[in-house]
Amino acid sequence: MAFGIVGYGVYIPRWRIKIEEIAKVWGHDPDSYKKGLGVEEKAVPSMDEDATTIAVESARNALKRSKEVKPGEVGAIYVGSESHPYAVKPTAATVAEAIGLTPNITAADTEFACKAATAAMQACLGLTKGGYMKYGISIGADTAQSAPGDALEYTAAAGGAAYVIGGGEGVIAEVEGTHSYTQDVPDFWRRDGAQYPKHAGRFTGEPAYFEHVINCSRALFEKLGTSAKDYDYAVFHQPNAKFPLRAAKALGFDEEKVLPGLIVSKVGNTYSGSSLLGLAAVLDVAREGDRILMTSYGSGAGSDSFSFRVTGSVEQKRRLSPPVSYYVERREYIDYSTYARYQRLLKG
Amino acid sequence: MAVSSAGIPQHWRTIKERYRLLGAHCERCGSNYFPPRNVCPRCRRRGKMAQVEFSGKGKVYSYTVVNASSKAFEQYMPYVVALVELDEGPRVLSQIVDCKPEEVKIGMEVEACFRKIFEQEDGGIISYGFKFRPSDGSWACRETGQRSS
Ligand SMILES: [Zn+2]
Repeated sequence: MAFGIVGYGVYIPRWRIKIEEIAKVWGHDPDSYKKGLGVEEKAVPSMDEDATTIAVESARNALKRSKEVKPGEVGAIYVGSESHPYAVKPTAATVAEAIGLTPNITAADTEFACKAATAAMQACLGLTKGGYMKYGISIGADTAQSAPGDALEYTAAAGGAAYVIGGGEGVIAEVEGTHSYTQDVPDFWRRDGAQYPKHAGRFTGEPAYFEHVINCSRALFEKLGTSAKDYDYAVFHQPNAKFPLRAAKALGFDEEKVLPGLIVSKVGNTYSGSSLLGLAAVLDVAREGDRILMTSYGSGAGSDSFSFRVTGSVEQKRRLSPPVSYYVERREYIDYSTYARYQRLLKG
Repeated sequence: MAVSSAGIPQHWRTIKERYRLLGAHCERCGSNYFPPRNVCPRCRRRGKMAQVEFSGKGKVYSYTVVNASSKAFEQYMPYVVALVELDEGPRVLSQIVDCKPEEVKIGMEVEACFRKIFEQEDGGIISYGFKFRPSDGSWACRETGQRSS
């Protein structure tokens, strides 16, 4: 029996702020940021949205694409995020309650910077393939924080994606294999109790993102006996538009295999949602038989790579809830003062 | 540290109905109720009530723009509070989000979404539940399955 993705759903808040608008406030040159990052604007949550509400909206959209899944059959729900609203009190329990999966379910929040939800996908795969439960749900959702004026402010965004994992006829993308690659690297962190993360500037590139994304993908190729030419699409964690394109090139992928899943230019870096939103954008357009490589990245640091093969079930299932492009285009621009209010940068 | 638990039991008891828009359905006369009731006011003792999850689809029955509010909701001002008539019948009071006050119209189609309702001060609990946003089914008629390459 094939195991993999049974359903997927996404959510991106409606508000956007343009790079120019942020640069204007800090006296930065907008073109150098736009060019350097390959990002034009980012998604901003409303004041009443957080990682929990984004996770719920994504999960509801994923369940619409998983009609064969009955509440009692989902045995696990995990929410990966860097912005869990509570330090102690699980986001996953609230989400499970909101989508009607309680009480016979295990729930936990996972953390590994931006790859917390791909780690949870692997857990769901193990639990379902091992026969412990029929389905598991993994969700990546973030309202990314950044200190005002920091370079991160240009990209730290909000959004999420949910994946129902399991086996059987309903699988839309079979997992052919997965590999992970982890080392202790101090590239980006947030100490307990600190409001904003800190990062090691240029250090975030070579020894961190590229080392893990490239080597993890290569190790999976080796395991499966594949190479870039065997894949129709490649999706990478997208903190900006430059990093994934450079990693793709190093792995031998042409740009056109990466662009369908590269949405960071229009929504920013959605952290735990990033690679999973990219994968969703690819599933929105993929055909039966297509193969997809997805490699996430989490600072600290690690990557999870997956090789997917798309099945014929994708065609009818993807019609059942909104595609990524709907949320990308559903947007309303706000100025920096409204942004500051939404992000609660102003203390009254 | 123990804090005042004022409001927490009430918050906890109504979690399911606020999270999932769970109401009551009278199997005898077909009436629907939100918030849920134990007894159908029409059928009294002859009624038979069952739990029902509403679709979350409805229309704005009436609304008001709030420009002065209690401290807990001050941050959202100006905001819209509407009486939403659900497709299943009951009318529920809710904030309308994801649109500007001037965009709200009587009869406008709305759908339930999941949001923060209020946050207790000083690190207290966050209360979640349904609010409504304008319905948008435009995505359903899009072309999908088109390869971009
Ligand atoms: Zn009755």
